[in-house]
Amino acid sequence: MSQATLSSGRLRHGLAPWARIAGLAVCALLTLGPVVWTVSTSLRTPAEAFDLPPSLIPANPSTEAYRGVFDQIDVWLLALNSTLVTGLIAAGQMITAGLAGYAFARLEFRFKKPLFGLVLATMMVPLQVTIVPVFLVLKSMSLTDTLLGLIIPAFPTAFGTFLMRQYFLGMPKDLGEAAMLDGAGPWRTFRSVYAPLAAPGLAIVGVLAFNYHWNEFFRPLILETSGQNYTLPLGLVSLQGNLGTGSISVVLAGVVLSMIPAVAVFVVGQRPLREGITSAGVNR
Amino acid sequence: MTNTRIPPARAARPEPSPPPAPRRPPARDRGTRLLATLFLAPTIVGIVVFTVVPIAGSVGLSLFHWNVIDSPSYAGLSAYGEVLGDETVLVSFRNTLVFMVFAVALQLLVALTLALAVNGRMPVWLRSVFRSAFFFPLVLSAASISVVMKYLFNQDFGVINWLLGLVGVAPVPWLTSENAAMATVVLVYVWQQFGFSFLLFVGGLNNIPKEIHEAAALDGATGLRKHLTVTLPLLSPTLLVASVVGIINALQVFEQPYVLTNGGPGDSTRTVVMVIYETAFEQLRFGEASAVGVLLFVLIMAVTALQFRLSRRFVHYQ
Repeated sequence: MSQATLSSGRLRHGLAPWARIAGLAVCALLTLGPVVWTVSTSLRTPAEAFDLPPSLIPANPSTEAYRGVFDQIDVWLLALNSTLVTGLIAAGQMITAGLAGYAFARLEFRFKKPLFGLVLATMMVPLQVTIVPVFLVLKSMSLTDTLLGLIIPAFPTAFGTFLMRQYFLGMPKDLGEAAMLDGAGPWRTFRSVYAPLAAPGLAIVGVLAFNYHWNEFFRPLILETSGQNYTLPLGLVSLQGNLGTGSISVVLAGVVLSMIPAVAVFVVGQRPLREGITSAGVNR
Repeated sequence: MTNTRIPPARAARPEPSPPPAPRRPPARDRGTRLLATLFLAPTIVGIVVFTVVPIAGSVGLSLFHWNVIDSPSYAGLSAYGEVLGDETVLVSFRNTLVFMVFAVALQLLVALTLALAVNGRMPVWLRSVFRSAFFFPLVLSAASISVVMKYLFNQDFGVINWLLGLVGVAPVPWLTSENAAMATVVLVYVWQQFGFSFLLFVGGLNNIPKEIHEAAALDGATGLRKHLTVTLPLLSPTLLVASVVGIINALQVFEQPYVLTNGGPGDSTRTVVMVIYETAFEQLRFGEASAVGVLLFVLIMAVTALQFRLSRRFVHYQ
C-alpha cells in the first residue's frame, strides 16, 4: 500500500487511458492521412489540384483526373499486365510451395536435410545481389522485356516452401497412415487426404505473393524496357516523370486505381496476410 | 502453427511386411521417391537456376570486365579495387548505413510504442481499427507511395510545409537540401514499414503470459517501469527478429530514394542498390556492379552475424 502511494502517478499507471487512445488516434490519422489526401486530391480537377488548403471532400468533385489517366497511359494494358504477372506468380507459388512443402514434411527421400537447408539458405539472399546474373540468365533465354521473364523466376519461393512445410507438419500423421493402410499410394494419400486440408496455408502463400508482386518495382524496372510490358507501378512512376509536376490529380488518380486490388486483398485477406507477414518475419 | 509431429521413431505401426524386414515394400518406396522428385523439381530447379547459380555468377562476374557487347576480359580483383576507390560507391555505402541506423531505430521505436499502447485496455473494435490502420501502408506499392510523398513533401506547394506554415514554421526544403533529403527518405520509408514490426510486437506481447504481468504488479512494478523491467526482456526474441529483418530490408532500400530524390541532391541519398542498378543497367559495367553486389551481400551477412552474436547477451528466451 505505502509502496503504491509513494510512486508518482505517471510512472505508476502510465498514461491515462483517454490520452493513450487519443495518441493512437493521432498516429492512425498520420498513417492514413497521405492515403486520404491521395483519394480526395484525385477527385479534384487538375486545375484545382495544387490549391491549398487541401480539402477532405473536394468542393467540386470531378472525375476529370481519372479520364486524364486513361488518356495519358494505357491503364487497361498496365492493369492487364499486372494482373497476369501477379496472378500467375501467385498461382505458381501456391503450386510449387504446396508440392515442395509436402515433400519436405511428409515424404522420405535421400538428401532431404541438405535440400531443405538449401531452400532455407536462399531466403537470406537478397534479390538485388543476384539481379545482374539473373538478368543475364533471362537474356540468354530471350526472356528479358517479356512478362514471362518476370513470372518464371518468381515461381520458386523459399519462404512459401518453408511455410507450407510447417503447415503440413502441423497436420496429424495418422490421417495419412490410415489411408496407406487402406491401400492408398503416396500420390493418393497426398491428393485425397492432405491436399484438401492445405487451403488455409496456401491462402497465406497466395495473398503474400499477390501483395508483393502487385507492388513490385525493382525487377520490372530492370527487365521491362518497352512500355507495352510495363506493370502498374512502373507505368505510374513514368507517368509522373512524363508530366513533371504538371497535373498532380491525374497521377494521383492513377495511384488510386492501382491501389484498388491491393486494398481489396487487404480487406478480404487481412488475416492470412497478417499471419503470413508475422509467421517468419519475411515481407519483402 | 503448432507442431504436432510424432518423432521419426515410429516403427511400432503394424505393417504388412515381414517383421525383420528393414525396408518397406520396395514398390511403395520407389513411388514415394518418384513423387518426392516430382514435387521438389520445380522449387529446387528454380532455386538453383535463379538463386544459386546467380550467386556464383555474381562472384564470377565480379572478376571480369564486361559491358555485354564485347567479350568479357578477366580482371582479377581489379573491379573491387575500382569500386572501393570510387567516391560514389563509398558514399552510397555510407548513406545506406546511415539510412539503416535511423530507419531501423525509428521503425522499432514507433512500432514498439504503438504496440504497447494498442495492447492496453480498450474496446475490441477500436483495437482492430488501430491495428488495421497501422498495417495498411504495408499493402501499398513503395514506388506509388513515393510518388504521392514527393508531392506532399514538395517545398513550395506541398501539404506538409503548408501545415507547418500554419504553426509558423518556415518552408523546409525536404527533398532539395542535402541534409533534409535523407531524413525525408527515412520518414517515408518508416511510414510504410513500421506496420511490419508493429504486427510482430503485437504478436509478441500477446504471447507474454498474463500471470507474469500480475506477478509484476504484485511486486509493485507498473506503468513504464513494468515495461522496462518485465515486458522488454520478455519481448527480446521478437525484438531480435524485428531488428534483423528490419536491417536486412533497410540495407536493400531502393524505391523511396529512386522516386523521391533519384539519389540527390548530389549523392546525398544514393544507396548501394541504386548504385548496383545504375552501374549495371545504365552504365553497362556488369563486373563492377557484381562486385558492389557481392560487397553488399557480405555486409548484410556480417551485420546479421554480429547481431546474433550480440543478442546472445541480451535476448532472453523464456
